[in-house]
Amino acid sequence: MNKQLLHVSVVALVLLAVLIVSTTYWQTWAVGDLADRQDNAIALVARLTVDRGKILGAGGTVLATNRRHRKHGLTIFTRRYTAADIAPQVIGYSTTAGTTTGLEQSLDDYLTGANTNLTNTFKDTLNKLGDQTVHGDNVILTLRPALQALALQQLAGRCGAVVALNAKTGAIYAMASSPTYNANLIEQPNGFAKIGRIKGACGDASALVNNATAGLYPPGSTFKMVTAAAALDSGAYTPSSTFFDPGYCVEYGQHVSNAGNPDQNGPETYGNVTLAQGFEHSINSVFCNVGKHIGGEEILKYAKRFGFYSVPPLDTPPSASLASGLYKNGKLFDPKNESQIDPGRLAFGQFSMLSTPLQMAMVGATIANGGEEAQPYLVDRIVASDGSLVSRTTPHMLGRPIKPQTAAELNQMMQLVVQGGTGTTAQIPGVLVAGKTGTAETGVAGVYDAWFVCFAPANNPRFVVAVQVEKQLNGFGASVSAPIAKAILEKLLGR
Amino acid sequence: MPLADPYLLPMAALLTAIGVTEIYRLGPSNAFRQALWIVIGVAAFAATLFWLHKDYRALERYKYVFGVTAIGLLFLPALPGIGETINGSRLWIHFGSLQFQPGELGKIALIVFLAAYLREKREVLAQGRLKDWGPLLVIWGGAMLVLFATNDLGSALLYYGIFLAMLYVATARISFVAAALGLFVIGSFGLSYLTPHVQDRVTNWLSPWSTHTIYCPLSGHPALRQDCQSYQLVQSLYSLGHGGFGGTGLGHGIFTSTGGRQVIPDLNTDFIYSALAQELGLVGVAAVLLLYMGFVLRGFRIALTASDGFSKLLAAGLSFGFAFQTFVIVGGITRVIPLTGITLPFVSYGGSSVVANFLLVAGLMLISHRANRQQAGA
Repeated sequence: MNKQLLHVSVVALVLLAVLIVSTTYWQTWAVGDLADRQDNAIALVARLTVDRGKILGAGGTVLATNRRHRKHGLTIFTRRYTAADIAPQVIGYSTTAGTTTGLEQSLDDYLTGANTNLTNTFKDTLNKLGDQTVHGDNVILTLRPALQALALQQLAGRCGAVVALNAKTGAIYAMASSPTYNANLIEQPNGFAKIGRIKGACGDASALVNNATAGLYPPGSTFKMVTAAAALDSGAYTPSSTFFDPGYCVEYGQHVSNAGNPDQNGPETYGNVTLAQGFEHSINSVFCNVGKHIGGEEILKYAKRFGFYSVPPLDTPPSASLASGLYKNGKLFDPKNESQIDPGRLAFGQFSMLSTPLQMAMVGATIANGGEEAQPYLVDRIVASDGSLVSRTTPHMLGRPIKPQTAAELNQMMQLVVQGGTGTTAQIPGVLVAGKTGTAETGVAGVYDAWFVCFAPANNPRFVVAVQVEKQLNGFGASVSAPIAKAILEKLLGR
Repeated sequence: MPLADPYLLPMAALLTAIGVTEIYRLGPSNAFRQALWIVIGVAAFAATLFWLHKDYRALERYKYVFGVTAIGLLFLPALPGIGETINGSRLWIHFGSLQFQPGELGKIALIVFLAAYLREKREVLAQGRLKDWGPLLVIWGGAMLVLFATNDLGSALLYYGIFLAMLYVATARISFVAAALGLFVIGSFGLSYLTPHVQDRVTNWLSPWSTHTIYCPLSGHPALRQDCQSYQLVQSLYSLGHGGFGGTGLGHGIFTSTGGRQVIPDLNTDFIYSALAQELGLVGVAAVLLLYMGFVLRGFRIALTASDGFSKLLAAGLSFGFAFQTFVIVGGITRVIPLTGITLPFVSYGGSSVVANFLLVAGLMLISHRANRQQAGA
C-alpha cells in the first residue's frame, strides 16, 4: 500500500504547490491589471487613503487641496477646491467615486504618488510599513490665479475664452473658459444637474467644456494671420504688393463683399491698397484675391505648419482638446484637392474653418517669437511632498512654421492694426502692441463671434493674448475682444 | 501520547493562531466566539485522545455507524425546517440562533467509515467484479444526490476527492480512479442542466468579467457579471492584487467601502484567504501554504509508518482530505477551479470547522503514537 500512499501524497503536495503558483500569479503578475479594473472597489478606497498632491497656481496660491476624514477606521482624503471657479475646466476634478478629468486625470500618477521611480517605490513601502499616509506630489502650474480671475471678470458671463501665454517659452499664464462652474459642486447632491443648468450668456454653452482647447469657432479675420503668413513666406507677395479694392472680390462669378461700412450703406471700399494696408484694415477682397492666387491648398499647408489638423500638445488629457481646421458635418475635413476648397472665403477665415482659441494664440505666439513655435504648457514643476523637485518643464520648440523674415513682416503689419487699423482699442500708452481683430459670421444676421489675437511689447514680444467671445449682437473683435485683451496685457506688463 | 508526531500540534496551533488573529482584525466579537470554539475544539481533541488512547482501531467495528452518520450529517441541511440556504447552498443547519455546518464533521465520519470499509473489502474490490461495484456506486450516487439536494458543490467535491484517494490507496487500481472521476464529471455535467447553480459557478470561473450586461438574478436587473454573479470572486482577486508581494501589513488592508459596506461577503469564513493575502502579501500566504504542506507531509509520513491497513487508510484519508479541502477553497479563490464555498482548515471562522479539524489532528496523533510505539518495540 505504501507505493500508492506515496503517489497520493505527491498528488496532495502538488495540489498545494499549485496554490502557491496561482497566488503568485495574482499577487505579482496580475497586480497592475487588477488595479486598473473599473469595478475594483478596493483600489477605489485605496485611492482615497492617499493624501493627494496639491495643485498650486504660479504664485503658490493653493487651487486644489484635501480634506482629511476618519471613516470606518480608515483615514481618507477628499478633494477640496479653493478659488474653485477660476480654472475648473483646466484643473478638472477628482471625485470619491474615482472619476477624474483635466489635470487631475492626466497628472493622477504624480498626484497619487504612483509615478514609478525607485526612490518613490522605496519611500512608499517604508511609509506603508510605518503606518504613514502616502503623500502625492504637488503640482505647481504656470497659471496665474489673479490673471485667470481677471480674464473671467472681463468675460463677465459671456461665452468665450481667454488664453495668455509666453511667446518665447509657451508657458500658459491664463486659460479661462466662460461660463465657468464651482468645482466643489461636483461632489454635492445634484451637483452635475446644477452645473448642467449653467448656460452662459450665449444660452447653449457647457460650463464643463474648456472653450480654450475644445471650443471650435470660425476664426474670421484672425485667420488672415495664417493667409498672410502663407502669402509672404511662399514669396508670392510682399507687404507692399498692391491691390485694387472695389469693395468686393469676384469668386465663381459672384461678388464676395467686404464687411459693411458703418458710415455708408454697402460695403467698405478702399481702392488702391497694399497687402499691409489690406491687413491693417482687414479688407476681405484683398485676402480673397490672395487666396485665389496662392490657392486654398497652400493656405491649409501653412495652417498645418502652425498646428491646425492636429490636437495641440498640452498637459491636460488629449480628449479635452480638439484640432482646428476645416469641418464638414461635425468632422475634421482634409480636402484632397483644390476643387474642394473655396480659397477666397478660406483666406479670411470663413468657409467652414473652425479654430480653438488656443490654436489662434499659438499662431500669434509663433509670429511674436520670430517664426518659431513654442509648445504650450500648464505645469511649471512637480515637487514631492518633502519639497524635492520631481520634474520641471523645460520649454520645447514644436518647429519653425515660418521664416524669421516673414514673422518680422507680420509683426509690423500687426502693429499697424493697433496703431491705425481695426484694433486701435487695444492701444496701451508707452507699449507697442501688435494684434489682429476677427469678427466672424455665425450664420445669424448681426450676431458675430468676436476675436482678438495680440502680443506685446511688439519690439521684443513676450506676452501673447487670444480672446474669443461668442455670439455677440453687433459685437466686433475691436469693440468686444480687444479691450479684454488690452486689460490682460496691462496686467501682464504690470501696468 | 509521548510518541505521537511532535510537529502536528504546533503547526495546527500556529494556523489556528493566524486564523484567530485575522478574524479579530476583521471583527473582534467574532474572534471571541471563535476562541470559545477553539476551547471546545481542544476539549474534543483531548477527549478523543483520552477515549481512544488504548486502541483507536476499535472504531473499525462501528464503521456502518460512521457511514450512516456521514450521510445523515450531509443530508441534515436538506431537511426542511432546520436547513438554511446561504449563498444558494443549503449547508447550514440551525437550532434557534445556533448555526452549524454539519458537513465538516461528516467529513471525519466518512473518512473513518471508508478506512474501515476499504480495509475489509480491498482484495474483493481489486478483483473488479461487477457486483462489488455496488457500494462504490452508492457513494457516487450519494455525492450526486448531495450536490443536487443541497447545491453544496464544495462538500460534494471534497467527499468525492477523499473517496477517490482512499480507493486508490486501498485497491492500487488507477482505472477505478479514472472511471470514478469520469462518472463524477459526467454526473456534474448532467446536473448542471438540472440546477443552474453548478453551471453558474463554471461560467463565473471561466469568465468572471463580462463586457455586456446580463440578467442578474440577485437584483432582477441586467448587470455586468462582475457586479453580480462573480462579484465576490472578482473583489477577492482585487484583494489579492492590492496585497501584492509584501501585503499592506496586518490591520492596514482595505475590506470596507467608504460607505462602510464590507466589500467581500463571507470574508472571515470562506474568503479568509483573500483577507490574509491582502494583509500579509504573497510572502505571508506562501508561508501559510508551506505550513499546510508541512502538515500534509507529516500526515502522509504517519500513514507510511503505520503498520495496519486501517491506520494507513485512516491517516491517508485525513491527510488527503485536509490537503484537498485547502485546494478546493484556495484553488477556487485563485481561479484554478470553479469557486465553491468551503472553509480553510484551522483558519476560517466557524465552530464546526474548528472542532472537526481538531478531531482530525487527534486522529493523526493517535495513529502516529501507535506506529511509533510499535517501531520502538520492534
